[in-house]
Amino acid sequence: MTATDVRGLSIATIADGVRSGKLRARDVTEGYLDRIARLDRALNCYVLTDAAGARRRADAVDAARAAGRDPGALAGVPIGIKDIFVTRGVETTCASKILRGFVPPFESTVTQRLADAGAVSLGKLNMDEFAMGSSNENSARGPVRNPWSLAHVPGGSSGGSAAAIAASLCAGATGTDTGGSIRQPASFCGVAGMKPTYGRVSRYGVIAFASSLDHPGPFGRSVEDVAALLEVMAGADPLDATSIPAPVGRYRDACRAGKDGLQGVRLGIPDEYFTAGMDPEVEAAVRAALDELARAGAKLVPVSLPHTKYAIATYYLICTAEASSNLARYDGVRFGHRTKDPRTLEELYARTRGEGFGLEPKRRIMLGTYVLRAGYYEAYYGKALRVRRKIADDFAAAFTQCDAIVTPTSPIPSFRFGERMGDPLQMYLADVLTVAPNLAGVPALAQSCGFTKSGLPIGLQVIGPPLGEEACFRIGGAYEARTEWHRRLPADSAMSGAEVAS
Amino acid sequence: MSADKYEVVIGLEVHAQLSTQSKIFSWSSAAFGADPNTHTDPVCLGLPGTLPVLNAAAVESAVRLGLAAGCKIRQRCRFSRKHYFYPDLPKGFQISQFDEPICDGGAITFRLHGERRSVRLVRIHLEEDAGKNLHAAAGVSFVDYNRAGVPLCEIVSEPDIRSAEEASEYVRAVRALVRYLGICDGNMEEGSLRCDANVSLRLRGETKYGTKTELKNMNSFKNVRDAIESEVKRQAALLDRGERVVQETRLWDAARGMSAAMRSKEQAHDYRYFPEPDLPPLVVSDSELAKARASLPELPEDRFARYTTSSGLSPQDAGVLIADKEVAGYFDATVAAGAPPKRAANWLINEVLARVDDPRKLGAADIAIAPVALAELIALIDSGKISGKLGKDIFARMWTERRRAGEIVAAEGLAQVSDTGAIEEACRKVVAANPDVVERYRAGNAKLIGFLVGAVMKETGGKANPKTVNEILQRLLAN
Repeated sequence: MTATDVRGLSIATIADGVRSGKLRARDVTEGYLDRIARLDRALNCYVLTDAAGARRRADAVDAARAAGRDPGALAGVPIGIKDIFVTRGVETTCASKILRGFVPPFESTVTQRLADAGAVSLGKLNMDEFAMGSSNENSARGPVRNPWSLAHVPGGSSGGSAAAIAASLCAGATGTDTGGSIRQPASFCGVAGMKPTYGRVSRYGVIAFASSLDHPGPFGRSVEDVAALLEVMAGADPLDATSIPAPVGRYRDACRAGKDGLQGVRLGIPDEYFTAGMDPEVEAAVRAALDELARAGAKLVPVSLPHTKYAIATYYLICTAEASSNLARYDGVRFGHRTKDPRTLEELYARTRGEGFGLEPKRRIMLGTYVLRAGYYEAYYGKALRVRRKIADDFAAAFTQCDAIVTPTSPIPSFRFGERMGDPLQMYLADVLTVAPNLAGVPALAQSCGFTKSGLPIGLQVIGPPLGEEACFRIGGAYEARTEWHRRLPADSAMSGAEVAS
Repeated sequence: MSADKYEVVIGLEVHAQLSTQSKIFSWSSAAFGADPNTHTDPVCLGLPGTLPVLNAAAVESAVRLGLAAGCKIRQRCRFSRKHYFYPDLPKGFQISQFDEPICDGGAITFRLHGERRSVRLVRIHLEEDAGKNLHAAAGVSFVDYNRAGVPLCEIVSEPDIRSAEEASEYVRAVRALVRYLGICDGNMEEGSLRCDANVSLRLRGETKYGTKTELKNMNSFKNVRDAIESEVKRQAALLDRGERVVQETRLWDAARGMSAAMRSKEQAHDYRYFPEPDLPPLVVSDSELAKARASLPELPEDRFARYTTSSGLSPQDAGVLIADKEVAGYFDATVAAGAPPKRAANWLINEVLARVDDPRKLGAADIAIAPVALAELIALIDSGKISGKLGKDIFARMWTERRRAGEIVAAEGLAQVSDTGAIEEACRKVVAANPDVVERYRAGNAKLIGFLVGAVMKETGGKANPKTVNEILQRLLAN
């Protein structure tokens, strides 16, 4: 058995190689398993590596091709699965102690579709517990480290997914984005990721944090890789009543179309997203990216999203309310952690939940429970829903003047471990540029657009109208065709075996 | 208790389990009675990552019930989450309807001691049932989730009910309605129809309501009546002593014949309702509404009106017939086969219903005496072919032997002899054989005609038409 050198390989290279017979799925898989074995001790991207299962799946792809069957659009593409996706027979914990030992009897729609397309799952990826966090410091399984600098956070909550892509520990990954949990870590780790339109990708089998805000989506090294994954992941699902029946777009074609330029494309630039607190290096990189898009033929138009300043407050009212409800099922009765020898039913609940949940889920359960108290609904949740409508209306109005909106993904590059943990509010503000698209349900693409002088990635965000994923991909594809940022890789030497300061 | 000092005010919440194939939000069977936890799936177990998908059949049932009860159907409504912790509630919340129920208003109509009563409804809403806790010995409990996710319609009445008996009749009327519609078994013992009662008293003439208590765990009509009667007495005694009724939930203990407090208002749950984000708004289209309306059968009250007017039945008989749609259906089929309505009703109520333990068995295809067969029997009697007395014997044989009346009569020569020649011959024979009786009859003892008729009947083996015998004898003896 030989292991392919997989560092920096694109999904198209792998899938085309396997489909044509130039590459063996098993060799590619061995290449990634080898890197995980060498590098993940320092990075902590995976909470579970399923090497035996991965080899079995890779062999099945090779066997299918050898037998003349179509091995699928993602034939032999090794992927990592955020541990929030339910996987049949494979422990699924949401990086929480309360789900330790939970081995689901069913498979999420997204991971089923990826497997059916020939993708090879390598294991489950680390994350902030129940997707609550922006730095991956809230994982019960320890923090993920940023491959560009081990002293820096990878972002969150899908920190494991973003870091694993950056470090070539998988070719593609799944993530979920409730307030920026795909885009912000993609930005911090210098990779691409998309939060599609709400309902575009099924949530069946995705463990709920905030149901009306949770968006499953893909991570890849490039926008084109993200497009290839989304084509497989997206589509209506009878098991998710909120999924959209519209046909899935041709996202890879949209990326390629971008290579021919952006003539006739109007890009909206909202003042509200270039805030006072923005890191100057981030602002400079994003402004340079806007210039590049203009050179590609796009017309830049100023747009206004006046309710942006309410987005964070609105978001935290809605997401905590829904989280307090969604997390009620972790009661120690049917699955996961159960406290030892409770004397009463009350004690079973209180101790199981007290022992099982980490600090951040507890904080949000308490906030959400407060928000939904009888008599307070209108003042908090009800009002938040009305502001949410206004934020969605802002986007609808802006999209009458432009085809997509371009902003920074995060106002800051990655920060050091511990830097913001003492101040939850400061941590919540890290989501300031990403939460509004979740509230409006519109698609948003994150991609790399530069680096700070100290070598930390900077991200660009392209927001489209509802079901406007193709517009995002065309713009992202155009930028990618004219720049080299997505080709930069962190050095393996910086990750392997290095002692990590915390 | 000071009998008429207080007015009793009762509002009922009836939960009807909808007899759909699958659960309200998932695919496992909604059927009752399987081994514990065999009718489950990841969704109804509330496993992480699962999502509810609304069962259209449950919506259709609720819409039909709403139309039958005269409710306004909300063509756009939504579901809400109702939160509380209990082991039988898998998700820690129940998906129910809160501020936007599928049906508003309406009324349930029935009769109490022959008087028409109409109890207004507040609403009817859809929700999912919880599982069932099973308490074993020594502090060990199990949970059966077969029932978790079975669709329920909750039917909430206004506080229009004024007695325990009326409450029980109201529940009967609800049961008849859901059974007519075929949307619920209506079996109180198995829990497919459950009822909670809000009970309060106030001084007669008072317009404000008194403090209410909520009664739970009444799983038969008798329980409903007994529990409410007991609660009325308890509250009256408190008020008579100048004490106050505490707002609380009370559990009825049928074995002990009393209720006990379960939780007070202070301990009441804050259910933290909010709109269910996993389900889009429920939309009932105009065409779905029209289809549901067209699917409604003739309802109990419409049948009652028809039976008491065009069929000419007494309100009592009509009331018995409409109580179960199978009985009413049997009656209609008997009449359709030619039986006069009153005759059909009498035979049905006195003979057929007396022979079944559950009136719904009259709807079975293999019922011992089909409506057509009953109509045939009635026709044989009414045409004079057999006597009414013989008819009852033949009915009994039809029931056990599963044979048609005409077949039994023909095979055994049981038809009444109406051939006057043969009867006259028998009469002459009897007159000749009993000269002393004839003598005394002619001397004025008219009652002796009965003896002679009896003798002729005996002579003819009971087959002679008694009326004809009587006429011939009178004629012969007059000479």
